[in-house]
Amino acid sequence: MRQLLAAIGDTLVITRRNLMRIPRAPDLLIGFTVQPVMFVLLFVYVFGGAIKTPGFKYVDYLMPGIITQTIAFGGYLTAVGLSEDLRKGLVDRFRSLPMARSAVLAGRTLADVVMNLLATALMVAVGLAIGFRFATSVPQVLAGILLLLLFGFAFSWIFALMGLLASSAESAGSIGFLIVFPLTFVSSAFVPVQSMPSLLQAFAKANPFTIVVDAARALFLGTPAGNSIWLALAWSLGLIAVFAPVAVARYRRVVAN
Amino acid sequence: MQTLQPSQSLARAVSDESAIVTQGLSKSYKNVRALIGVDLVVPPGSVFGLLGPNGAGKTTLVRILATLLKPDAGTARVAGYDVVREGARLRTQIGVAGQYAAVDENLTGFENLEMVGRLYHLGGRVAQSRADELLEHFDLEEAGRRPVRTYSGGMRKRLDLAAALVARPPVIFLDEPTTGLDPRSRVSLWETIERRVAEGSTVLLTTQYLDEADRLADRIAVIDHGGVIAEGTSDELKHQVARERLEVVLGEGADPTVALQALAVMGDGQQPRVEGQVISVSVGRRPGAIVEAVRRLDTARVEIVDLAIRRPTLNDVFFTLTGHKAEESAGEEAE
Repeated sequence: MRQLLAAIGDTLVITRRNLMRIPRAPDLLIGFTVQPVMFVLLFVYVFGGAIKTPGFKYVDYLMPGIITQTIAFGGYLTAVGLSEDLRKGLVDRFRSLPMARSAVLAGRTLADVVMNLLATALMVAVGLAIGFRFATSVPQVLAGILLLLLFGFAFSWIFALMGLLASSAESAGSIGFLIVFPLTFVSSAFVPVQSMPSLLQAFAKANPFTIVVDAARALFLGTPAGNSIWLALAWSLGLIAVFAPVAVARYRRVVAN
Repeated sequence: MQTLQPSQSLARAVSDESAIVTQGLSKSYKNVRALIGVDLVVPPGSVFGLLGPNGAGKTTLVRILATLLKPDAGTARVAGYDVVREGARLRTQIGVAGQYAAVDENLTGFENLEMVGRLYHLGGRVAQSRADELLEHFDLEEAGRRPVRTYSGGMRKRLDLAAALVARPPVIFLDEPTTGLDPRSRVSLWETIERRVAEGSTVLLTTQYLDEADRLADRIAVIDHGGVIAEGTSDELKHQVARERLEVVLGEGADPTVALQALAVMGDGQQPRVEGQVISVSVGRRPGAIVEAVRRLDTARVEIVDLAIRRPTLNDVFFTLTGHKAEESAGEEAE
């Protein structure tokens, strides 16, 4: 028990450190503040007029999708940060200290969750300012945000693995973009799946992003949920169950040499 | 014979009282044997220098002792704890400053030290006051509230060293603490190490600089190709391994071969060195060597410009032991 408390304490110290760095690294700060807001504005005012979303104002349709995309990218911080810490000897420093060794990875992914929460709050605020409205109860909205944060946490582990596999922080980041961008665009995040060619439609319907975005729409806008909420939960937990152990194993291998 | 071979020094060891004891420590990477059966004993309260070229295995040894790496064979204890089985407790007893300054560039000096203090579980308030204290000691007070990326190389090294001292650990590992620093920063870091580190702590210092080992270390182990090839105090190593050398600068027309023949009887059997018109003969510690050399060269009608007895340096020790100079790189560090 004492060990567990100490491990939690260590994780929080590392989380705090990972968050403190962000305002000092302008590219990261912009990536998680200006960029999502810019995307919201671009999509609503540039594409919004051309995209038909029957039954919705485009801003209402877009917000759950673009929040999901931003949150999925939150793990980028882990990929870049972990890769940098390994190369610059910070991980060695941590591993020579009497702290819980699990705190290095846990503190990384937890920092992503905090950052995702902040980015979500910012985007919701901007969304509300330009006409977005929740159509559900407060508990439903909170459940939706929690679900998205859990999905983002799953992606943090995928990004952690990329950070551990990549040869540099930069390539860790770009591999992440290469994977997440197509996944988010070929989904129901920005346009109705029905508007895509049939081959893409098949992909988009199976895409976990579509499932998570549909679940978020159900919880934010009150659209029919079907089994999307449970499926989204299952996807998130499933990805964590697969990628967290793989990332931890990879981390152990990397630091052992 | 005062120089202790590793096996003898181990026999002498009372392992419970030693700060660091290793026995048969071995480690291989894919194709490289980085450490081959290293036996070391470091008494508490001393500065122990690990001297060797790049790739000799110094960093590997430190990484094993700091529990960053597991040995393939052999055992090691630091502050009484086994490096493999008691890593967690061992880590409460050590501080590490690396070859690459492992500090967070985007945090300030204060934030770096405070974080390290919290991870040593000093508690928030103690971690903060300790951070301030160390910044003052290491002459980083003014820079303490600035991000580390604005620091010079010397300032980063000082902060890295300060981070190793946060918890006042009984055993401190310094892996090439001055590599890459300009001479002035090196001297100032040496002074800091002498002042701050040698206050009762045991320090294991790796270096490829002979002057650094000479100045800081009570005892020195020379390491090359993964093994300890000599161990002793700086003076012991100089006296046992390398002899005083008679250095003669010959006149322009003089033949070095003739000069060497004339001095041959004075040599102690080691190969004399010839570099242009300068010859150097190892003479052991012979009283009257200068007078005798002058007489012999005069008899052989060899014209000389200058003649002196040169005391051995650690460089001679290194050359004698390894056949190459200490600061020549023997390839990349095996990691």
